[in-house]
Amino acid sequence: MEKNMYSIIIPTYNERLNIALVVYLVFKHLREFDFEIIIVDDSSPDGTQDIVKQLQLLYGEERILLRARKKKLGLGTAYCHGLKHASGDFVIIMDADLSHHPKYLPSFIRKQKETEASIVTGTRYVRGGGVHGWNLMRKLTSRGANVLAQTFLWPGVSDLTGSFRLYKKSVLEDVIGSVVSKGYVFQMEMIVRASRKGYHIEEVPITFVDRVYGTSKLGGSEIVEYLKGLIYLIFAT
Amino acid sequence: MKHILKILGLLVTISAIWIGLLQASIVSSSYAWLLPVYLIILLGCYGLFMVGVGLMFFPTCPQESHLLQKDIAEAKDFLKRKGIDVNSD
Repeated sequence: MEKNMYSIIIPTYNERLNIALVVYLVFKHLREFDFEIIIVDDSSPDGTQDIVKQLQLLYGEERILLRARKKKLGLGTAYCHGLKHASGDFVIIMDADLSHHPKYLPSFIRKQKETEASIVTGTRYVRGGGVHGWNLMRKLTSRGANVLAQTFLWPGVSDLTGSFRLYKKSVLEDVIGSVVSKGYVFQMEMIVRASRKGYHIEEVPITFVDRVYGTSKLGGSEIVEYLKGLIYLIFAT
Repeated sequence: MKHILKILGLLVTISAIWIGLLQASIVSSSYAWLLPVYLIILLGCYGLFMVGVGLMFFPTCPQESHLLQKDIAEAKDFLKRKGIDVNSD
């Protein structure tokens, strides 16, 4: 049986500490798997790339690929950029800030093998999953957003804005080409377009501990962005 | 098929049923005219109910924070031993 290779794309911006922690944890939890980590750094001023180069010395340049960009260009293009350098047959996308714990990587891989799904997406909103570090307001907006999406968009997944996902490489290439949104609406559009195209999507529960180091934001402008994104997706997908 | 078309299809079906009810006079006329309003109110209540239920049973994982702290300590220790200085804040 051919062994699968997993390309893990992690976009970074000012994640000097977190990226080292994430890389350590990925290596810890993926010991029996063949993988590479592609770090797409948007010229972080805090020296993220220096740390990555040190990690390359430690773990090997064939395992840790640094594919940097000249300036802060956003998430969607970061994935496209990373995808160009991915040699695996599967691509995993995850955040660098430890809200996505690498310990769930084996469960994504297992789920995909069991179901032969094209996409496995992590969901925070089912039993076995969960969130920590959200106050009532945050939970309310999250739940409200989810109910709106489920009622009017019928997305086919329980966690629409999640960005901890495993894709078959060919599927990611196919879907990413038709996505135009930016920011986290990008994640929504990815999964909805994949769902509309009929790709087999499975979910695994994940726990999400909100930013340990650094700050996370959710304000009025994010809510407006979400609503605009939702309306766009209702009409365009 | 675009999603908006599915929604329009649903609305057309509901409208057809509504007009049918008005024509056939199965339900009294004054009541039948207000059916769409009732439907919207029902939808709103359903939405609020789902938000409330979801909020009540929102899955949380307080233990994960502790586990994460342990993992971070383990990772930092490893990196320190290997000479990678991350200047934690």
